[in-house]
Amino acid sequence: MADTMELLDIEVWDGNMAASQALRQVQVDVVAAYPITPSTPIVENYANFEANGYVDGEFVMVESEHAAMSGCIGAAAAGGRVATATSSQGFALMVETLYSASGMRLPIILNVVNRALGAPLNVNGDHSDMYLGRDSGWIQFDAYCPQNAYDLNFIAFKVAEDHDIRLPAMVHQDGFMTSHTAQGVATLTDEAAYNFVGEFKPMNDMLDLDHPVTHGVQTEEDWHFEHKARQQHALMTAVIPKIEEAFDAFEKLTGRRYNLVEAYDMEDADVAVICMGTSVETAREVAEEMRAQGIKAGVVGIRVFRPWPLEQLAAVLKNVKAIAALDRSSPHGTVGTLFNEIAGTLYNSETKAVLTNYIYGLGGRDLTKAHLVSIYGDLKANMDAGKPTTPLQQYIGLRGPKLSFF
Amino acid sequence: MLEIRWHSRAGQGAVTGAKGLADVVSTTGKHVQAFAFYGSAKRGAAMTAYNRVDDKVVMNHEKYMRPDYVLVIDPALVYIADITANEKESTIYIVTTHLSTEELIASQPKLEGKKVHTIDCIKIAQETIGRPIPNTPMLGALMKISEMYDIEFFKESMVKVLKKLPQKIIDANMIAIQRAYDEVK
Repeated sequence: MADTMELLDIEVWDGNMAASQALRQVQVDVVAAYPITPSTPIVENYANFEANGYVDGEFVMVESEHAAMSGCIGAAAAGGRVATATSSQGFALMVETLYSASGMRLPIILNVVNRALGAPLNVNGDHSDMYLGRDSGWIQFDAYCPQNAYDLNFIAFKVAEDHDIRLPAMVHQDGFMTSHTAQGVATLTDEAAYNFVGEFKPMNDMLDLDHPVTHGVQTEEDWHFEHKARQQHALMTAVIPKIEEAFDAFEKLTGRRYNLVEAYDMEDADVAVICMGTSVETAREVAEEMRAQGIKAGVVGIRVFRPWPLEQLAAVLKNVKAIAALDRSSPHGTVGTLFNEIAGTLYNSETKAVLTNYIYGLGGRDLTKAHLVSIYGDLKANMDAGKPTTPLQQYIGLRGPKLSFF
Repeated sequence: MLEIRWHSRAGQGAVTGAKGLADVVSTTGKHVQAFAFYGSAKRGAAMTAYNRVDDKVVMNHEKYMRPDYVLVIDPALVYIADITANEKESTIYIVTTHLSTEELIASQPKLEGKKVHTIDCIKIAQETIGRPIPNTPMLGALMKISEMYDIEFFKESMVKVLKKLPQKIIDANMIAIQRAYDEVK
């Protein structure tokens, strides 16, 4: 039996410690990991907890991230609660196995501490790796601060392991800006945290020798399409209600409310910034300041990036007149991902807001409040003109001559 | 909102100092944030660490800061790092140095006319902890200058923050904090 750990009601934790404490509290059976900056402390802390008797689990050291996720797939198919963490190039090396995990319907939890993808080599935070995972069939939650990184892990396990879901889930947090930033985190007791997620209930587990099953099968044109359709069906119909159920239960337990789409000051907003990660919180402060200046500003944060909350987002944006989609990843040859998703969300709706795109923060470049003030200024001008007054895609915080496209 | 910027070399404990301060402040019901720029992440490289303290949850994640306090825990950084970057008129500097405040300002004219305090945290750390780790003495000096907390309360809180260290090291840190509190000018 694992030892319990006495925690303060409020611990000052960085996002990495918050995530690893959640992994300890839900008593993950197997962590197979290959550490990479900035996610290293998550698995390092878990290994420490395990070595000191705080977890009845196995820590498996492997030779690469590809092997780490492969080990997680094996352990999950065997019938255990499984998690790991990675970032950037490590995430990229995992990609092949990410598709295996979701196709095999294995509820693995992957903490992705978002970091730029090289070249050039860069250890700091942007959303390139998160975007790389968006078609992999995983559920993707996004944390804006250490408290979220802690809370969303519990929600991720609860949703992913549900027998109606059985899909892997990623919990994203911003490299350094969340992972290495210590803030107050309201904790759950070990007992309350474990009970929220509950005991792991295996399904089609390979170690159930009385009921032999095959995992990792081959299907050609006879069945492949049907399998993929079932996977998409589960993502599109079962996941969102289950996440909402988990958000409700979590609010009942902690008083902390999460939503698929986080809307701040949006009830009467004329202009809105839509973004992810720590930028959401910084933008909230700026929106408040804009309101003091008479601009009805709001902020929308995407909490669940996959499955994409299309209907919920359309509802939140119904009365907005100008929107800025902020992408912390280089789209390399097109508009940003959030711009595309939001355009797709609104195209057949009644909303005829002016939509523009900002690329920002690559490789950890600071997004300052001054940048956000200038974006809200653009949005106000777009709203007044009823059309874009700037190029569709602009770069914010870039040194040298201004760069923009379309 | 109270904002603090630390100038340090990687390995001197600015991150631990910023985190320790955040731990203490958090126990008093205030909201905190502690983070750092690691730069090239090599031991000895100049780096900065940051604290934010507020009565409400700190939501600002920008790295840009106009600090209320600048804490310099390596003497040479006064000359090679931009310690006055983004300063305000009210910014208060606390600098680790063996020089007097007048000598320091004479050697670095950028500090002329600013609110500058000096304390030799390196020497204090050497003489008490036995290693040149100037982070905890700097916190003692900050308590004196900022009057943030009563020094006895602060020391009691720091004992809890440092509880995983051997008792001898904890005791030495407490002496270092008190000495810096008494000696800062």
